[in-house]
Amino acid sequence: MRKVAVVGIGHTKFGKWENRTAVELFSEAARQALEDAGAEGKEVEALFVGSALPDFGEGQAMIQTQCRADLGLGLIPSTRFEGACASSTVAVRDACMWVASGEYDLVLAGGTERVIPMGTPLATRTFAMALNAYQEVPAGLTFPGVFALVARLYSRVYGIPLERLREQMAHVAVQNHRHGARNPLAQFYGKYENLRVEEVLSSRMVCDPLTLLDCCPFSDGAAAVVLCAEEKARRYTDTPVYILGTGQGTGGPMGLFEEELVKPPSRVFSARMAFRKAGLEPKDIQVLELHDCFTPAEIVALEAMGFFPEGRAGEAVEEGQAEIGGKIPTNMSGGLIGKGHPIGATGASQVCMIVQQMRGEAPKGNQVDPVPEFGMVDTMGGAYGTLCHLILGRVRG
Amino acid sequence: MAEYEEALKRGKMLGLRCRECGAVTCPPMAVCRKCGSRDLEGMEMSGRGELMTFTVIRVPPEGMQGPYAVGLVRTEEGPWVMGRLELPEGAGQEVLGRKVRLAGSLVWSDKYSAGERVAPVFRLET
Repeated sequence: MRKVAVVGIGHTKFGKWENRTAVELFSEAARQALEDAGAEGKEVEALFVGSALPDFGEGQAMIQTQCRADLGLGLIPSTRFEGACASSTVAVRDACMWVASGEYDLVLAGGTERVIPMGTPLATRTFAMALNAYQEVPAGLTFPGVFALVARLYSRVYGIPLERLREQMAHVAVQNHRHGARNPLAQFYGKYENLRVEEVLSSRMVCDPLTLLDCCPFSDGAAAVVLCAEEKARRYTDTPVYILGTGQGTGGPMGLFEEELVKPPSRVFSARMAFRKAGLEPKDIQVLELHDCFTPAEIVALEAMGFFPEGRAGEAVEEGQAEIGGKIPTNMSGGLIGKGHPIGATGASQVCMIVQQMRGEAPKGNQVDPVPEFGMVDTMGGAYGTLCHLILGRVRG
Repeated sequence: MAEYEEALKRGKMLGLRCRECGAVTCPPMAVCRKCGSRDLEGMEMSGRGELMTFTVIRVPPEGMQGPYAVGLVRTEEGPWVMGRLELPEGAGQEVLGRKVRLAGSLVWSDKYSAGERVAPVFRLET
């Protein structure tokens, strides 16, 4: 298999896009990525589009066909990837595989989503479609509900009093909002740079013990990357970022995980696969974008990937271990909480944010210094249903 | 699944016992949740278990009315089952670990649900 590089990135602002379609948002991100790579549309050999719910967001199924046309690409193979919130991470991973295999030299991969037009009740209903339709949906489970269940279980399994855990969770929100406030592409740019723990704890209860500020927002947006075979990467950029290893894992109904809901095997499996393929370990990673859909999700993810021991990640975040200067700078873009979460666009956005870090082009205050050599993306779709990891590096590895 | 749902409507919870490893799977799947065997036989669950975690949903999906409590119950036979809960007002972390019992079921449908769906309802043992 050949090595594959990211040679171009593109990213719309995340937030509320009233007068732009999901296709238009994708085109904006994709054109930026092509321009960034200095590549022409006619060089693109295949298109990989992650989008979770365009059928509900805009009544648009098969969105990849409309994206292809709107970009003026040739009649190239175009495919939509659906893995709920991990849709475009899976799209990027598969795109990488096709280039690595030698089938294509240059491809475009990304994601797009409009969630806000659905409104909260329909968005809550359609997100729940990523749960088990015969067991979990009829019981009334929602996505915040998933991580509310996980938080209470985590508290009990690790013997951390719930009030103590809620403070640790609030620190996740404070940190990610601080980063998001500095990121011009973020939904909450300029908003919550100085959010306080007490404000998170006392905001409106959505789903005990999660308050509104423990949750990522509903968002519209798109992100895209140009992937290229290693031997041709230098034609397009002086700063290629290589995909050194990838992993993907799959879950099922939540009940099957039992106590392991606090350390999901699907995430452990996927992360280990990525580390093994990259020949790296958690201690080698210098910047991490992970799936903080809700604050306890960040704590669970940090432990499942092996960055902190079980039951210790919340405390570590509180101590600044997930900040610049700490063990693993995490969600320097703001993550889903601060940057926003247009479902199908999130994975590609995470890749863009890691590449930005590796080019030393992250916003002031968010750039890890020295510029990181190795970075990682973690995305979760459903209730640990689809896990996908990408390890990126400035050197070929 | 249809048989499981019909039984739930009558207040009974059905499971599948593995003839190879003895583990119980509930709700039903085509394979044993522990060993993957397809050699399974039907059985009736006791309906008793322990509350492992719960939440109160205050922002419900379209078509449901909140607030309501949802949780995971570890059944006496082993499998963890998702269900609706009848909990006292203001219940907190102290109810985790409490014994619960199947108290009935909730029938629900909407335009996406492919007909009527059923969820078990659990109540704390007194």
